[in-house]
This record gives sequence, C-alpha cells and structure tokens, in this order.
Amino acid sequence: MKAAIDRNQDALNVRNVTKRFKVSKPPFWTRWRAQKGATGNGSTASGGRGGDAGMQGVVAIGGVSLDVHRGEIYGILGPNGSGKSTLVRMLSTLLIPDEGQVLVFGLDVVRHEMEVKRVINRVSVDAAFFKKLSPLENLLYGARLYGMTGGEARRKSIDILGRLGLEARSYTQPMDEMSRGMQQKVAIARAFLTQPILLLLDEPTTGLDPRSKYEVQEFVNELRDCHDATILITTHDMGEADRLCDRIAILDEGRIVAEDTPAGLKRLIRRNGHEPTLEDVFMQLTGKKLSGAEEFDPEPVEVAN
Amino acid sequence: MFARLNLRTEVLQSYAFVARNFNLIKRYWGWELVWLAYSTATSLAVVFIGEGSALITGAEDIDTSYFVLYLLLGTLVWGFLSGLFNDISEMIQWERWEGTIEYTLMAPVHRFTQIIGQAGFAVLHSLLFTMTIGVAMIIFFSLDLSDANLFGALLVLLAGSLSLVSLGVMASILPLLYTERGTQMTHIVQAFLLLISGVYYPIEVLPSVLQTLARVSPVYYVLNGIRSAVLEGTPTSELWGYIVPLLIIGVVGMPLGVWVFRQAELYAKRHGKLKRVG
Repeated sequence: MKAAIDRNQDALNVRNVTKRFKVSKPPFWTRWRAQKGATGNGSTASGGRGGDAGMQGVVAIGGVSLDVHRGEIYGILGPNGSGKSTLVRMLSTLLIPDEGQVLVFGLDVVRHEMEVKRVINRVSVDAAFFKKLSPLENLLYGARLYGMTGGEARRKSIDILGRLGLEARSYTQPMDEMSRGMQQKVAIARAFLTQPILLLLDEPTTGLDPRSKYEVQEFVNELRDCHDATILITTHDMGEADRLCDRIAILDEGRIVAEDTPAGLKRLIRRNGHEPTLEDVFMQLTGKKLSGAEEFDPEPVEVAN
Repeated sequence: MFARLNLRTEVLQSYAFVARNFNLIKRYWGWELVWLAYSTATSLAVVFIGEGSALITGAEDIDTSYFVLYLLLGTLVWGFLSGLFNDISEMIQWERWEGTIEYTLMAPVHRFTQIIGQAGFAVLHSLLFTMTIGVAMIIFFSLDLSDANLFGALLVLLAGSLSLVSLGVMASILPLLYTERGTQMTHIVQAFLLLISGVYYPIEVLPSVLQTLARVSPVYYVLNGIRSAVLEGTPTSELWGYIVPLLIIGVVGMPLGVWVFRQAELYAKRHGKLKRVG
C-alpha cells in the first residue's frame, strides 16, 4: 500500500537519533612516529569528541529527540561542529541515522524516502547551483526534478524571482556573476518553487548583508503564514532566531542541551542586572563565554534532555 | 525499483537532466570547442598511421584505404563510446564539482529515471560530437562509403550504447564512494576497455586471457559489427550476431547498474559521503 503524508501529524518527529562517522586512521608510519614520540615525552595525540576517534568514530549526533509541530518555525542553534548540519542532512534523506528514527508527517525518512522527498526542500549555507547556468536555468532544472512542466516552472520562477527583488536582466546571467546574497535568494526561490510543506534552512542568511537577511527572513515568515509550511532553521544569528522562531533547541556536541521558546530560554539563565539575550543563553548553555563577559556571571542550569 | 512510476512525471524528470546538460554545454561552449579540436587531432593522428603504413613497413601490397577506414572506424566508434561512458560515469563527479550533488539526490527522482535522462543526453551529445569529427574525416581523407551499410552500423551503435550506459552507471559509483580519486578510477576502466576491445587492432594479437575478456566487452561487438557493416557492406539481417549480444549485455546490465548504483548511494548515505567536499 502506498504510504501517504498525514498533515494532521507533527511535521517532524526525531526520536533518539544518533549518527557516528568513522575517522580514517592515519598511515601506519605516522602512527608509529607519533607512538614513538609519545613514548619519548609521555604525551599522546588526543582524538576528537567521542574518545578514541580513530577506532570508534566521532559521534556527530548523540541521541537527539525533538518534535516540530505543523506550522512552526523551529530554530536550532549551536556552535560550529555541534552537529546542526548533520541533523539537517538526516532530516533531508541525505544521511541515514545509525540509531533512532526520523518521521516527517508520520512517514519514516528511510523507509518512505520518496514520499518524504516530495514534501520537503532544503536551503543550505552554500547556495549549491550550477554556477555557469542562470537563475532561470537552475530553477527550471529544479522544478522539473519535482515533476513540473517547463512552462509552469518558467512562469512561477519569474514570479518568485521578481518578488525576491531580482532584476529581470539577472534572470539569464550566470550565477557566478551574482553576489552571494543574490545567490542565496535564488536558493530560497528554488526551495519555494516546489511548495514544500517542510522547509529545512541550514544557515540560510550566513554571510548576507542586513537588508538581504531581512528580505530572506520576510520570505520565511511568508512561507509559513501564507503557504502553511513548517520551517526548521539553523542559524548563528541569535537576533534572527529570536525574531523568527517559535521554539528553539540548542545543540552542543551532538546533544540538545535546551529546548524552549526564545522567552523560555532566556528565563533559564539568571538575570544579573540586565535582561539576558539569546546570545547570553547560547554562551552559557554551550559552556563558552566571550572574553570581557565576566560581569555576566552565569549560573549552571538544569537543562532538558 | 520500478514500482509506482508515473510516466509523465518520470519523462519530465528525465528531461530535466537532458535540458540541464545541454544548457551546461551551451555555457561551457569553449570547452566543447577545445575538446572537439583535441579529439579531431588525435583521430587524425591515428588515421595517418594507416596512410603511412606502406612507408612504415616498406611493404607495397598494403590496402591503405582499407586500413585507413579500419582505423577511422576504430577511432570514431571509440570516441563515441568513450564519450558516452564519460558522460554517464561523470554524472556524480560533475555534481560534486558544482556542489549540487546533495540537491539532486534529495529530489524525488528514481535513480532509474535519472540514469535514463543522463543516458539520453549522453547518446545525443556523443553522437553529435562523433558525427562532426566523422564528417571532417571523410572529407579530409576522401573516403568512399558507397558500399557501406550505414543504417546497419547505426543500429549496432545504438545497441552498443545501451550496454555502455550500464557499464557507465556502474563506473559512476566510483566518484560516489571515493570522493577524491573516483574519477581517476573510471579512467582505468576506460583504458582497460580500450586495451582489450580491439579498437585499433584485431583482438587475436592479444594474449589469450585478454582475448577471453574481449569477448565479454560490448565495445568488441560494436566495433566488429560496425566494421562488418561499413567495410564489408554486410546487410542488416546478418548483423544480429553482433546486435543480440549487445542487447543481452544492455538488458542485463541496466537493471544491474541501477541496483549497484542504489546500493552505493545507500552506502554513501550511511557513511556521509554525499557531502559536497569530501
């Protein structure tokens, strides 16, 4: 029987998902030399997180669970290397979890890969395009992959590109002649073109100027409000997360260390003469402080998960 | 694998790859010209060996025009088949280079559909490319093809394309699994096919082990079939001895290629090898 998306279910259920990556061993002579050196001076080379990485692999995501309700904008914050992109790749069928399960509107992303692919799309931090092709050619390609005819795809592409503020003359110029901000807008347009009901945005505004950021954020809001899309967004921009997200999870070293609304997260840390920002929350929960931020003096907090 | 195919959607999706690749060729037209000049020059160099055969060997009773045509067919057919093989086997490498691999592989497209689209483009592209070189060669060497069975040769070529596509699909898993060295590995497969298939010499000159391998190479049947049709004017009804093995290799090889590719894709998804950079 053909599996079908159930729109009454949560847009996303991530259940105890773990992903490890094997790390290649260095050549034997390097290991031999390191071992010899270690015997001589008593020090050893340390592995990454996950202990002996060469033997057991790096734990990129360790037992993560979260639920995203239909129509939510759900943010994931975390330092570089915390596992955000790995998690998004698993949600978008590009990585298979080692343990646990990911459900999109009730369908397992591994067992019902094709059905899930039809209703999701993703925008990544690096706008992945055929760089010599124009925005229109790239969008036509993308739309056809989702079964749209050329005429329909062309009409919709021109409409969306226009709404994103791209000048008509840039529709046919190669992507590599466009600014990063423009490229990212085309990436958003490409995702929007396929009308996903779950949109995964992996740092979509990184490197954009404030105006471009604002336009992308407006578009994200419009997607949710007018097109009934659920959005999962990862970002390093705390202000953006605060403005856009209904709920936020903070990911550190592959684990969720807190999950709440932006206001709820701020309540988690002690106020010490000033209203905490999401950045303060991030710093405390990921165990890192900015230099010169001693006056903040955060307390350790009990966190979920 | 072939379940729940919606024909209209699959056709549109296949066409996406054909249109995209021809758009890329338009944008990279300079590369195409360079490659065309290079291929024409190397084909000429090979065919001139035939022209110089009497001078090289000192023998006067060599049928030079037969030898020239023999080598010309070798270089053209090899140019077509290797172009086809490249276009298919590079379908992953090209996407890695552009950084679009994750985008394409997360689209709701069956691999069979993607391969059909890529193969459709590869056949058209290689055919246009080879025909351009072929016409230049025929004019350059004033060749007489009045007795040749060109229709039969085309049939053999198309049957051979099917089997080469399946080999190309299997080779394309190498860049999927080995992000840095995969493309070089496909070149080894290609070089081995060139060695064993009798492109520029009869396979009888090869050691017996390689002769055995040649008989399972589709390139061998394509070359022999086309040489028979063009050099001997063999009628189409007598070319089935070449066409049937090619069809068998293709019909068995295509689903096998798609299955192997799918397994490689699953492996890549388990081990994080689809990532844009290594």
